[in-house]
Amino acid sequence: MTDVAAITPVSKERRIAASRWFAPSDRLFHGLTMGAAIAVLLLLGGVILALLQGSLPAFSKFGIDFIYTQAWSPARDNFGALAPISGTLITSFIAMLVAVPLSFGIAIFLTEICPMWLRRPIGTAIELLAGIPSIIYGIWGLFVFAPFMQRHVQPFLINTFSGVPVLENLFAGPPYGIGILTTSLILAIMVLPFITAVSRDVLETVPAVLKEAAYGLGCTTWEVARRVMLPYARAGVLGGVMLGLGRALGETMAVTFVIGNAHRIQASILSPGTTISATIANEFAEAMGATYTSSLMALGLILFLITFIVLAFARLMLLRMNQKAG
Amino acid sequence: MVDLYSRRRMANRIVVSLSIGAALLGITWLVLILGQLLIEGFGALSLAVFTEMTPPPGSTGGLRNAIFGTAVMTSIAILLGTPIGILAGTYLAEYGRESKLAMVVRFINDVLLSAPSIVIGLFIYEMMVIHMGHFSAWAGAVALAVIVIPVVLRTTEDMLNLVPTGLREAATALGAPRYFVIRRVAYKAARNGIVTGILLAVARISGETAPLLFTALNNQFWSTDLNAPMANLPVVIFQFALSPYEDWRKLAWVGALLITMAILAVNIGARALAGRKAS
Repeated sequence: MTDVAAITPVSKERRIAASRWFAPSDRLFHGLTMGAAIAVLLLLGGVILALLQGSLPAFSKFGIDFIYTQAWSPARDNFGALAPISGTLITSFIAMLVAVPLSFGIAIFLTEICPMWLRRPIGTAIELLAGIPSIIYGIWGLFVFAPFMQRHVQPFLINTFSGVPVLENLFAGPPYGIGILTTSLILAIMVLPFITAVSRDVLETVPAVLKEAAYGLGCTTWEVARRVMLPYARAGVLGGVMLGLGRALGETMAVTFVIGNAHRIQASILSPGTTISATIANEFAEAMGATYTSSLMALGLILFLITFIVLAFARLMLLRMNQKAG
Repeated sequence: MVDLYSRRRMANRIVVSLSIGAALLGITWLVLILGQLLIEGFGALSLAVFTEMTPPPGSTGGLRNAIFGTAVMTSIAILLGTPIGILAGTYLAEYGRESKLAMVVRFINDVLLSAPSIVIGLFIYEMMVIHMGHFSAWAGAVALAVIVIPVVLRTTEDMLNLVPTGLREAATALGAPRYFVIRRVAYKAARNGIVTGILLAVARISGETAPLLFTALNNQFWSTDLNAPMANLPVVIFQFALSPYEDWRKLAWVGALLITMAILAVNIGARALAGRKAS
């Protein structure tokens, strides 16, 4: 603010000379920022092109069969993506089954039930937890959670459901500790802060008058949440869930530690499996031969396409929510 | 026969307790993870962690080269990614606004923001590692920079949008050209917010493992050569945790603790900065 006094009078000529640079400088800066914005588009284009180029040998060798065959044999140079694809979809699905109700519960707790003084600390803690890198969840899963599952949860599941049709096959086999179920639960913990944070933000945009009107009519907290808040915030909440799903699908480190890396599709969710990201993380650096590397690239391409669709949908939903709020 | 009123109250009570239960369960779960991390990490923490190199299997050592590598690659990634992110964010907030190009860039950026990081690793492998013929710290840093751009872009745009239009109009009325208004008025007003974005990007990339696995790879020795593979905390944690050696596993816990602490500190700092602006 002291600058004002410090300005010295400048001659007219110098001012005119300076003003000559205004238009070109502005054009330059405009061009520079626009170039950076276009660079972001090129980045995405580059990712897709690089993955396409990398996966071309695999697709030209196996054709479209690559997507729905299960073989994964580096020794025979024969690859199929079905096991990793199904592993990715199944683990993410189970993770969402666990994480979504929990996140909603927490979000409703934070917006409607929690005493005011506790809201900020808990909300902040959840946001901070969303920033913890996934490798931490992975290492905890490997050293703490998998042994716990092996000793307590899995034997219990196997014993309880033995003899029950269908469920018997779902919870079959020796308790390895690692495997599909353990991975799904770790993923659920990982995306929990994420979905909770988005859902809470969205639920907080519900106008207070709407809620107060419902409470005034004698609605219970549950009825307000179910009939007023959720319908109002539906698009945003769905966006948050899809964002979490996108994370679960693409998550690498938390999965790689505990999935077991087995290229077989088995009925039991206690058995080890693999996901796209875990396969790439485990095998890429050591992959020998063009077909092997290319097959892993093709897996990456498939993963990118799946997450792209999910994330695009999530963003559209959140955009719709923003327009509503704005 | 229960009347409607008590049924509604019952349903409410059940849902409220379920919701409180969910909150308790979620928080306990997360506290368990952090608690275990603190116990294991601090249990194995010593000065040697900062002064010695990553050891061969079966002997003690530290993480000095890995800490150095992570610091170097994170810094380079920030230096590479931040200018692009800030400039592109400026375009969206100041020039592009609601234009077609701006809308598309905004959407693509949001997708990139949460794209799987292992795919970024594959992309850089295809673009850099293959052409260079070997893994390198450069490739790792560029992979991280690709993750930095969307984070910085997003916060820059958001923060510039918070700058009151009146400020810009006042400067324009004094005869200042557009670029001058943006650089001297808008940036100045949004400075804290933009720095917050950079800090968030630091927090985001310093724990990223997947994009480094086949770009920077790892290096057991001290190396400052950016054209060679470089050790880094996340990949060291990954390798050591999966190894059967007790010493390595301990170091993995220490590394995990260091990363988590650093990220929490940066995140809290970012929040403090953003909060100061709001008040």
